Amino acid sequence: MSALVEVVDAGLAVTIQDRGRFGYRNIGVPVSGALDPCLMTAANAMLGNDPDAAVLEVCLGGPSLKALSGTVRISLAGELTAQVVNTRGRVLKVLPWQTATLFPGDVVRIGGVARGVACVGISGGFQVPLQLGSRSTYPRARIGGIEGRALAGGDRLQCDPQTGNPWVETCGTLPWPVEPGPIRVLGGPQDDHFTLEALAAFLGNPYRVTRDMDRMGIRLDGEKLTHNDQGAEIVSDGVAPGSIQVPANGQPIVLMADCQTSGGYPKIATVIRADLPRLAHVRPGDEVHFVAVDHAQAAAAMREQAERVGRWCESLGTFRPPGVVDEVALYEGNLISGAIRGDEPAWYSV
Amino acid sequence: MTADSSALPVRLLSVGDTAWTVEFGSDIDPAIHGRVLGFCSLLDTLSGDGRLDGVVEWVPTFRSVTVHFNPEQADAMALHGLLGELAGKSGILSAAGCHWHIPVCFDADCAPDLADVAAAKGMTPEAVVDLLTGSVFSVYMLGFLPGFPYLGGVPEVLDMPRLASPRKVVPARSIAIAGRMCAAYPWESPGGWRLLGRTPIRLFDATNVRRPALLAPGDQVVWEAIDRATYDELDRECAAGHFDLARLMREGGL
Repeated sequence: MSALVEVVDAGLAVTIQDRGRFGYRNIGVPVSGALDPCLMTAANAMLGNDPDAAVLEVCLGGPSLKALSGTVRISLAGELTAQVVNTRGRVLKVLPWQTATLFPGDVVRIGGVARGVACVGISGGFQVPLQLGSRSTYPRARIGGIEGRALAGGDRLQCDPQTGNPWVETCGTLPWPVEPGPIRVLGGPQDDHFTLEALAAFLGNPYRVTRDMDRMGIRLDGEKLTHNDQGAEIVSDGVAPGSIQVPANGQPIVLMADCQTSGGYPKIATVIRADLPRLAHVRPGDEVHFVAVDHAQAAAAMREQAERVGRWCESLGTFRPPGVVDEVALYEGNLISGAIRGDEPAWYSV
Repeated sequence: MTADSSALPVRLLSVGDTAWTVEFGSDIDPAIHGRVLGFCSLLDTLSGDGRLDGVVEWVPTFRSVTVHFNPEQADAMALHGLLGELAGKSGILSAAGCHWHIPVCFDADCAPDLADVAAAKGMTPEAVVDLLTGSVFSVYMLGFLPGFPYLGGVPEVLDMPRLASPRKVVPARSIAIAGRMCAAYPWESPGGWRLLGRTPIRLFDATNVRRPALLAPGDQVVWEAIDRATYDELDRECAAGHFDLARLMREGGL
């Protein structure tokens, strides 16, 4: 048995993403996938989903979804809030790191993200067909997602009905782990195409995030990185998300999930996998600092990240949203098995 | 495949904690590309035998192979050692792929740069088309866009730089040249290459699970001139999904 939700309002550039599309880079197909896979893990953990179930990635404006058939549950991972409007016009506010249940006819209006990207999960995941082994949307070649594009009004998305107690929601009880400090990189593959001064400048100066940023890459602006006599162009070779390429203008570009599979600019360094999700949350004007690490440190960073996210997922608690069933529940508001960010009254009439 | 693999020094370059690039040279050169194909063939064999744990995929380019791995399943330094060893013993492989004859319409509206290229070279457009259709092109690699092939084999006399100002929109399935390279755009996209024709054949089809991209590194391509009426007819057949790609193949199998 499956459930169905309808996109009432598409939001802005909201796409379906999963872990990404592997095995087709040799024919030029980018990996794509969630910019911050840790948020995807969290969104699915709150729902008891498979960790790889497809989610909605929201950055600017979130979508509005209406439950058409079946009772479904959504989750918010990241700094975004939502409102559930039920068929009687009552409104429930949903805070970050919480789930909410939609009965048939209920609409969830998902807001914009305060910073960076966020993931919206749904019971059973968004079950669009797999294309080349993944549900991730890559609009440039119209692959994955819904007809290879962002959500549009009227789209109908299949998911699973929620299977737990519909009056009990799940929430995170630990603060979401955010790694402070500089972005860690491994040198190469073309660090030998730069002057020694450029290598020092890259690690010794902040780089400012420009407005030129999307799922393909982030252009940075700062101390010019001068190429040595090998020049600013190479015969194209392979790149990966995290590759930092430097064209002739000397300003670095960090490649992200939708990046091309090969490129013709020298790459001074590569962001380690554990730190790449952090770059999904930068905004124009932010300063980024880079620091060099080695492979052992990169491996340790990845283990530590997995442990932090794992601890967060194990700490999930439950709560009853107030006023859903009866008056008792109303007074039980914030009766939660952990810390809930119940800083506002959750239900009110409109 | 031959045993001659020690002619050029191999370098292993770090692409972060998820990939190594095995670099066989720095230029576009059939000999270097032969080593790329030879190395990929060895990886294919080992992977088929289940001996490349944690390796996700590998991407051949003109002059290197980038081996992507999952750092949770493979130790980066151990893989570095293995790839270095394999690169030392992989051989040279050339022209191992399919031979394709792909129809191209060279009418002016399909070939907006044909007249300029002809004028710059003091030739007639017909003579440029004769050169293009009389050459055999080799697929070096796919990149830039899904299914976008980089082909070597442009006759020296047609060598021209890219447009000074790239087009914002190159129509899908345009055949284009830049320098000694030829390409076919599977998708509408921006681009600075010179557009000399258009094929009705779809170069990428994500629903074709067995072979989403028509062309693969090592394939050989001959462009066959067709008139506008034939182009339109084939375009309709392709759009309806009725075109059998095997019709384009002369040797090798899908």
